[in-house]
Amino acid sequence: MSYRDSRQAIVEKNKGLRDKQTTLEEAVTMVQDGDHVAVGGLQYTRTPVGALWEIIRQKRQNLTIYKPLMSFEGDWLFVSGVMGKAVTSWFSGGVTWGVSKIMRTFAENDPSTFDELSLLGLSLRLKAGAMGIPCIPTKSMLGSDLEKTAGLKRFTCPYSGEELLLVPAVNPDVAIIHSQVADKYGNGQIFGPPCLDIESAKAANKVILTTEQIVDNEHIRDTPNSTNIPFFCVDAVVELPFGCYPHECYGRYEPAYEKLGEYGQGLLEATDKIGFVKEYLEKYFYQPENFEEYLSLFGVKSLLETTRLGRIWKP
Amino acid sequence: MSSYTPAELCVIMGSRALKDGQIVFAGAGLPLLSAIHAQKMHAPGLAILFEVGGVAPRIGSLPRSTNEARSVRRSMATPATVDMMLYLQRGFVDVGFLGGAQIDRHGNINSSVVGPLEKPKVRLPGSGGANDIASSANRVFIISYHEKRRFVEKVDFVTSPGFLDGGQAREETGLLGGGVERVITNLGILEFDSQTRSMTLVAVHPGVTQQEVHEKTGFELPVSDALEETTPPSEEELTALRGLDPERKYLKEGDF
Repeated sequence: MSYRDSRQAIVEKNKGLRDKQTTLEEAVTMVQDGDHVAVGGLQYTRTPVGALWEIIRQKRQNLTIYKPLMSFEGDWLFVSGVMGKAVTSWFSGGVTWGVSKIMRTFAENDPSTFDELSLLGLSLRLKAGAMGIPCIPTKSMLGSDLEKTAGLKRFTCPYSGEELLLVPAVNPDVAIIHSQVADKYGNGQIFGPPCLDIESAKAANKVILTTEQIVDNEHIRDTPNSTNIPFFCVDAVVELPFGCYPHECYGRYEPAYEKLGEYGQGLLEATDKIGFVKEYLEKYFYQPENFEEYLSLFGVKSLLETTRLGRIWKP
Repeated sequence: MSSYTPAELCVIMGSRALKDGQIVFAGAGLPLLSAIHAQKMHAPGLAILFEVGGVAPRIGSLPRSTNEARSVRRSMATPATVDMMLYLQRGFVDVGFLGGAQIDRHGNINSSVVGPLEKPKVRLPGSGGANDIASSANRVFIISYHEKRRFVEKVDFVTSPGFLDGGQAREETGLLGGGVERVITNLGILEFDSQTRSMTLVAVHPGVTQQEVHEKTGFELPVSDALEETTPPSEEELTALRGLDPERKYLKEGDF
């Protein structure tokens, strides 16, 4: 969508104060085949896994996914056919499980499935989108091969004469974000690092906000400094406890490393990598009746253990 | 003399290179261990930054990535990722630590692709924040295992700029960060000639010969006239380090 069309989408949409609570199933219908979708969080932190889980179940096709760092969820999105292109700075299983073999399969067969930018580069694409400008200058990536492969244009500052690169804005069709707390109007409070979620919420034409906990609007009014996503950015609110599991939600639960490891190690050892992911998707994504049933496949023990480890306030 | 692994040796050399009061961008693994070790040994006022949004965290259990609550534990602030990366561009970051699949004689790093991008032999994970650190940190330290396939004449892809083609190329392209100051390996320490900006061997670790360094480097490596031998890790340094990684996730034997 063009820069002007994207602004017009915000001008025209119903931004009013109204109850936006809905089901996960209903919220995700906002995402259409071929859409550009920004996904919140960073690597293992505050990834909106629940919303991705539902997108995969609803079999959306050929999405372009913007995510600052991609982990196993990128494997699931590729193999399910949901993701046609990953726009990211980094795509890997992680420190312990090495480079994603699924990413390699897709990106080596068809390099156009993986667009790489530096982390600041991608951050600034969303920042420019959030600012309502079509591009933004930076010193990052000058002289590197990313400058060429990302097709970035050089620009000489008319005031200082400095050499810069211009990064194009991105205004995704939809952003999906998970917060610790929100009210029914969509006032979202993210605790700990907000990653790029505040930029994404402003840059996207529509926002789906899943949250650990719906709170009363009076609570939001008591703590306005903590509201980092105001209601007028948000189009749907879904209460979804453990909505990042097996990733983490800051202050609530740690990543379920043991469960991530079952996937990561399993993938490393599997001879048929794609087949392994398909089986995983069948068991954990397509078979469960609902998100609770998905969580119960991992077991209460893991939920309690990650919760205990995730309480990080003690000195 | 006590024994130590190549990883332990590199972490301690990295720690010694850090100064009190510095603002340090450190990735998970060995760079983070160097930074925490320096805080314990000689730099209590050193502050660590993480791209996820951690300012001066008090690290407890070692994080397995730079992007999780463990790496922002007891932080003094948790800014957005875009702000964390812009601190680099603004000049706040004294030291950035990097690793990489391939490093060339001018300190350029490849973490994107082996072979041509349009027909990759191996697609690698990509830059993450590495390009931004290499572009704009006031100085960059690289920690790497020393082997021929990593130290190459020219990287297949410049993910993170060192001195590009050498000489004044880095400055001419408009970059403001200082570029790579030091490369720390399990064999020795390398720095860059002030004119040619080519990697030069300035120190070897105890028991390492120049011959071995040349054999494990994929390009002709000049040797400094003032070649030194590093002081081996002390018992005190090793004890402090091993306390940081009791499960030996990162400090194990062999390459890294």
